[in-house]
Amino acid sequence: MSGAGPGRPLAHWQHRLAERGVDRQLWLLVPALVFVIALFLYPFFYGLTLSFQPTTGGPFSDYARFFSDSYERGTIWITLRIALPAALLNVLAAVPIAYRMRGRFRGKRLVTTLLVVPITLGTVLTAQGLLNFLGPTGWFNRILLASNLVDEPVRLTHNYWGVFFSLVITGFPFAFLLVLSYLSGIDPTLERAAATLGADWRRRFTRITLPLLMPGLATTFCLTFVLAFSVFPSAVLVGNPAGETRVISLAAYQAAYEQYDYPYASAIAMIMGFVELVVIAVVLAARSRFYTGSTGGKG
Amino acid sequence: MSAFTQLRLDGVSRRFGGQAALTELDLTIEAGEFIALLGPSGCGKSTALNCLAGLLPLTEGSIWQDERRIDTLPPERRGFGMVFQSYALFPHLTVRANIAFGLRMRRLPKEETRRRTEEAVRLVRLEDHVDKLPGQLSGGQQQRVAIARAVVFEPSLVLMDEPLSNLDAKLRLEMRTEIRRLHQSLGLTTVYVTHDQEEALSLADRLVVLREGRVQQIGSPRELHTRPANWHVADFMGYRNLWRGRVEQSEGARATVESSGHRLLGEVVGGLQPGADAVVAVRPEDIRVDGPGETRNAMSATVEVVEYQGRELAAEARTDSGLLLHLRTEQRIAPGDQVKLAVDPQRLLVYPADASTQPDRLADAPGATR
Repeated sequence: MSGAGPGRPLAHWQHRLAERGVDRQLWLLVPALVFVIALFLYPFFYGLTLSFQPTTGGPFSDYARFFSDSYERGTIWITLRIALPAALLNVLAAVPIAYRMRGRFRGKRLVTTLLVVPITLGTVLTAQGLLNFLGPTGWFNRILLASNLVDEPVRLTHNYWGVFFSLVITGFPFAFLLVLSYLSGIDPTLERAAATLGADWRRRFTRITLPLLMPGLATTFCLTFVLAFSVFPSAVLVGNPAGETRVISLAAYQAAYEQYDYPYASAIAMIMGFVELVVIAVVLAARSRFYTGSTGGKG
Repeated sequence: MSAFTQLRLDGVSRRFGGQAALTELDLTIEAGEFIALLGPSGCGKSTALNCLAGLLPLTEGSIWQDERRIDTLPPERRGFGMVFQSYALFPHLTVRANIAFGLRMRRLPKEETRRRTEEAVRLVRLEDHVDKLPGQLSGGQQQRVAIARAVVFEPSLVLMDEPLSNLDAKLRLEMRTEIRRLHQSLGLTTVYVTHDQEEALSLADRLVVLREGRVQQIGSPRELHTRPANWHVADFMGYRNLWRGRVEQSEGARATVESSGHRLLGEVVGGLQPGADAVVAVRPEDIRVDGPGETRNAMSATVEVVEYQGRELAAEARTDSGLLLHLRTEQRIAPGDQVKLAVDPQRLLVYPADASTQPDRLADAPGATR
């Protein structure tokens, strides 16, 4: 290489940048960045500043208003009471099913398809099905009544349970698919090794698979929790939106589109995001206590 | 653990969806033996090992530990230690916890678990690394953890599935010695799977050569080295020169074979009649270059390719009639040289050709029969 000449410092620069992964391929990121900025960052900061500009009072008065009103404040608790158990159940139910299905067997694709179908249905169709099946005159109650197990229909819709079931039905496929992919990321030879060392299936699961799966379960929990926390349609359709399932997103909706108080609605949205972040931070803190390195599998 | 005096495999077979991976393996393993299962990839050696470990159910046959039938027991109740090709160390457990795992599963007293773990750590010289996770260790260290973990609970049988194949050449030699040393000092019974004939010859008391799921030969390293039972085994044991030919004359253990216009005198392994198709097998190191005196099985050839291999040279030479020879020599030869080659008849083995004699595997001699 000829040392002299004006080209050299430039080439030197380009090498240094390339070493840090900076090259022309980075331009490929531009469309994604535009989307993120236009559809997420801008609305977020717009809402954030809006929430500090209430129609009356100081910058924090909308936040104060939310927390001083027990009917509003209570929506946090109502939403957590639905979202946390639903997310937990989704993860816990996904583990044994995914564990059984981690190997190869005939009909696996069919079973996976059946388990994943609810994703494609959407909340409204699920709600419709729940009303037909679990409603006061639905099949479930008719069977119970006909077999004399109960004297009057069990109320499972238009209350807490309706929303809970809806969240489980729509959230389970996500949890299942995630857990399945985390499980297939664990090298199956590890369990075989544990078996030759004298561990029965119970201890193979508790000592080897579960500890390696925990970080994945924590991530899965966070994602299904976020999905469940922003529950809106099913809280209206199969819940009791005026009472026990008046979730926080409903409170924000009412502030925005019934009272046309955008700053207050923004404040509620910010509070909602903050609560989610707190839960996720707690779960991720717990997650970091587990081994999170390579588990040797194909995933 | 339950030690045994004899472990017997009786017609052990395994099929995968109609495809036979292992066919009627009969083998008796005496306590204290070091057995190597040897063969090219896909020969069924790993299948046999997994059947022994209980990780793979048999399709047919039975496995007996003395008078107890064990082939229906799950792996956790056989009490065999196993070293996996990928080591399969538990990534979330420290070296110490990995090694202690088998003892913990046996619910031994805490004090004894600690003592025996320490002992095993010392045995594989990992004292400085006990609190590390497997991911922080080098390949050789991981290998030693895997071995310690498999022997710490004093298993009646240790199974090793190509344990050295992921190591570099130098470490492979070191660990080979280490494994043999452990086998002797702990009085283990070991079944070792490998595709490396050199590894198998140097480690094992007895070798089992498999091909396409069937046992080809069982014997001592010496027997296998000097007297392979058929030309497939010879091929696998380093007889690189395999020439097709036709038997002209046979007299007791000696026969004369015509191959590519050369008349070769050699030792017959297996019965052969004059006129029969044969395969001649010669090791590269048994071909002598310009040796004094030796006139039998003499051929003149032109050197084509020479590889430097330290003290020796590995070379390819072609005779005037087109027969390609692989040879090793300490003499200095160069491509283009005319050399006189000779083979001691005792070192030239004559095998019957069989139906599976693939034309592409054998020397591409123009004058070869068929």
